[in-house]
Amino acid sequence: MIELKNIGLTFTRDGTSTTVLRGLDLSIPAGRFVAVVGPSGVGKSTLLRVIAGLLPPSEGDVSIATANKKSVLPVAMVFQDARLLPWRGVADNAGFGLEHGGITRAERRRRVEAALALVGLAGFDARYPHELSGGQRQRVALARALAVDPDILLMDEPFAALDAITRETLQDELSRIHAETGKTVVFVTHSIDEAVYLADDIVALDGKPAGMLANITVPLARPRQRGSREFGEVAARMRVDLFGQPAF
Amino acid sequence: MTRSRTAALSAFGFVAFLAIWEAVPRFGFVPATILPPPSVLPQAFWREVSSGIWFASLVTSLRHYLAGLTIGCVLGIGLGVLTGMWPALEATLAWIVRTLRPIPGLAWVPFAILWFGIDPAAAIFIIATGVFWISYFAALGAVRSVDRELIELADAFGYRRADRKLIKVILPAATPGILTGVRTALGQAWMAVVAAEIFGVPGLGQRMMQASNLLASDIVVIYMATMAALYGLIDSGFVALQSWLLRWKR
Repeated sequence: MIELKNIGLTFTRDGTSTTVLRGLDLSIPAGRFVAVVGPSGVGKSTLLRVIAGLLPPSEGDVSIATANKKSVLPVAMVFQDARLLPWRGVADNAGFGLEHGGITRAERRRRVEAALALVGLAGFDARYPHELSGGQRQRVALARALAVDPDILLMDEPFAALDAITRETLQDELSRIHAETGKTVVFVTHSIDEAVYLADDIVALDGKPAGMLANITVPLARPRQRGSREFGEVAARMRVDLFGQPAF
Repeated sequence: MTRSRTAALSAFGFVAFLAIWEAVPRFGFVPATILPPPSVLPQAFWREVSSGIWFASLVTSLRHYLAGLTIGCVLGIGLGVLTGMWPALEATLAWIVRTLRPIPGLAWVPFAILWFGIDPAAAIFIIATGVFWISYFAALGAVRSVDRELIELADAFGYRRADRKLIKVILPAATPGILTGVRTALGQAWMAVVAAEIFGVPGLGQRMMQASNLLASDIVVIYMATMAALYGLIDSGFVALQSWLLRWKR
């Protein structure tokens, strides 16, 4: 469960202050897959960082209630660039969030193996990031987030830099992982099609400073078919409903 | 150019160099005391080795070298990393650094003698001073240019304390830059060894000065060659260590 109450965020640099977010209320129930869409630079990633606790909001409250007591971190993040540590192999990158003490080496190994298997990267343990393709790197980043077994997965345009085929494969795997693990997912994207394909609810941000324009539940059953007429119709309607006009 | 041709040319160049060097004193262009021909060197080398002086000087100098290098690197890298992590510390030290840094290593010799006497400690001090600045600036620069995004990654995965960030991300990310600085320091420290020993502390530098005062220029060349060979050895060893440590790079 994520509760955002009246979130505002203002940066001050060289005496001039810029308000990025204002008066944002959002409540995300546990287990929901929520996509956050909006034009580039609107503050979607900033919102994600506020939820992650990486940026303290200038106004308002963020509260995160988690059920999973065993988790080392309640929230884990996947960035747009895979952001792997180049000096660590695949397994050590995937285990990056588990080095907090209190987790035995054997347990760490078990969790890393499980996470890598979940993203389809078993057997790549010893490779270094520069030996992987973009899609493989992003899988490692996803495994790194899954290995800490968080209640909440925050994803910042994780597939935006990938080619279309890899992107669709990873979208399918993420859908599967979400269905299997029941984690709450907040997924930032600028693609409405991606949001419609993946999410339970879509939140639209727009304006300067950005506020919430709409919060709409996707009226599609799972599993969803990308090419289907129904999918196309919903995606087209969403464009209008979220932004009041057929945006992007 | 093929590899064998390159090697052949390099060998030819070196042999030509030795031949000209041999010819100049031999045909009487300059006296052999001013420029000893290479052909007398093996004999001179054998004399130095069999008297035990060569090995003793070598060991003494290596001791100064390693001690100065270690002290200089530990202090330089340590302070450089701290300064790189905390801008407030960098600002505090800025003017001190600006005042002390331009002082050439040799300018410290009078104080080294005043503080430590004609003693190995004085030589170690001179060597460490030079190494300190090189490794300090290398570490400072390397830490300051660590990708902000990797530091955010450490935050996102719960490593929020400075010491955790240092170990998980900052030090490994800064290692290539720090090692480059250490490699420069390895060479710089050899120059400092000679400089530090020339004023009387036992070692290769002192032995060179003694030989030079006795016009035993062949012995001087022996020690010059010794230092060149040692530096080459240490540098290749370090490069091997460096590429092993950075084996994750492409």
